[in-house]
Amino acid sequence: MIAVLALFRRDLAIAWGAGAGPAAPIGFFLGTVALVPLTMDAQRASLLESLRNVGIPVIWIAAALAAFMILERLFQADLEEGGLEQMLLSPAPLEALVLAKALALWIAVGLPLAAAAAPAAIMLQIPAASAPLVSIAVAVGMLAFIGAGLVGAAAAAGIKRAGVLIALVSAPFFAPPALFGAAACEAAAQGLGLGTPAFQLLCGIAVLAAALGPIAAAAALRLQAE
Amino acid sequence: MIAGMANPQRFLEFSGWALPVAGVAALALFAVGLPWGLHYSPPDYQQGEMVRVMYVHVPAAWWSMGIYAFMAGASFVSLVWRHALADVAARAAAPIGATYAALCLATGSLWGAPTWGTWWVWDARLTSMLVLFLTYLGYLALTFAIEDAERGARIAGVLCLAGAVNLPIVHFSVEWWSTLHQPSSFIRSGGSALHPAMLGPLMTMAGAYAAAFAALLFANMRAEIFRRRALAAQRARARAA
Repeated sequence: MIAVLALFRRDLAIAWGAGAGPAAPIGFFLGTVALVPLTMDAQRASLLESLRNVGIPVIWIAAALAAFMILERLFQADLEEGGLEQMLLSPAPLEALVLAKALALWIAVGLPLAAAAAPAAIMLQIPAASAPLVSIAVAVGMLAFIGAGLVGAAAAAGIKRAGVLIALVSAPFFAPPALFGAAACEAAAQGLGLGTPAFQLLCGIAVLAAALGPIAAAAALRLQAE
Repeated sequence: MIAGMANPQRFLEFSGWALPVAGVAALALFAVGLPWGLHYSPPDYQQGEMVRVMYVHVPAAWWSMGIYAFMAGASFVSLVWRHALADVAARAAAPIGATYAALCLATGSLWGAPTWGTWWVWDARLTSMLVLFLTYLGYLALTFAIEDAERGARIAGVLCLAGAVNLPIVHFSVEWWSTLHQPSSFIRSGGSALHPAMLGPLMTMAGAYAAAFAALLFANMRAEIFRRRALAAQRARARAA
């Protein structure tokens, strides 16, 4: 338990403090969102209406892309610098250590990115009243993305420049959270709140991903260390 | 049988005669099934001649799913019992399954254009097949990227099993989502029972696809065993020199 907490604190510090911390993925997320209106015809009178139609899908695509990016470094340093061997030697189960790493990443990067989804939603013409609900749904969605992406990140950890590979390997696992997340936001934008089946299913997928992802990732990491 | 195949030498002896048998069976079944399905079977009363795509499309759909189940089973055997050839079998099956999935998507699209009036719909079955194809691609890309082929096949086995958990979730997610957004679907689930005159060529083609899979699987596995032996011999010679 001490080992799990220590690893959680260490990873939280790394994800928050090292390099640009959460600023880089958030910048990437907002940059991707900002490109979308620029690809549309500014002269068209219906620009704002078109944005309203694509706004929620764009937010979820950008969040999924940002999740691919942050997953790339999750296990890479541990494998290169010997942290993985220490994790295997630790009396704590590897699954619990992976879960601690995933939760640290979610808190340090996933939650700030979800907060940034609210202004992005307003810029994309989603009703301002439902923007906080979009943020909450993206926060749950980021947990689902990180959990579902763990196995791909662990399997590709030993490979140089694994970014595109992790995206390809993880894309099938991102389909259910992206689908339910966007459906939950669509319902919220229509004034239905977050008590909808879509949001409940998103929460269920997030719990499932956070529970099963570490088990699969730990199995892949054990093979990495052989 | 499965335990006996853990010995590569015994597998080479078995596949030495099983590979030509499966290959000849595949050629014979294709030689019967293709003309039977594409020419001699009756046209459909609604779709006319277009129904013939079914004999190429449906077996590809069945076996692309069947091969993934085979890969998941082999990966499980490899991870739990450290069976020497199970990960070779899973890795060797992947390109065949990916090809069947691509064939299923391409022929389905060609079938859909004249009969539904569109190349593609985002319903549960089409989306699941697309996700299955992407899962195959991810698995293959991972095995290509990891330099040590043996370790790569074992690590990809974990991904294969995770994909086996994910695919049903994707299927039911899209089913829920498409019934929410798409009240009228182009596809009638079930539909009318297949006429016996169509069942014969369909089952022949399904057998042909299965035999072709077995032959290609054995050939791929033998190639991988020989590759590993050649690599081991090279290393041994380099060490001796």
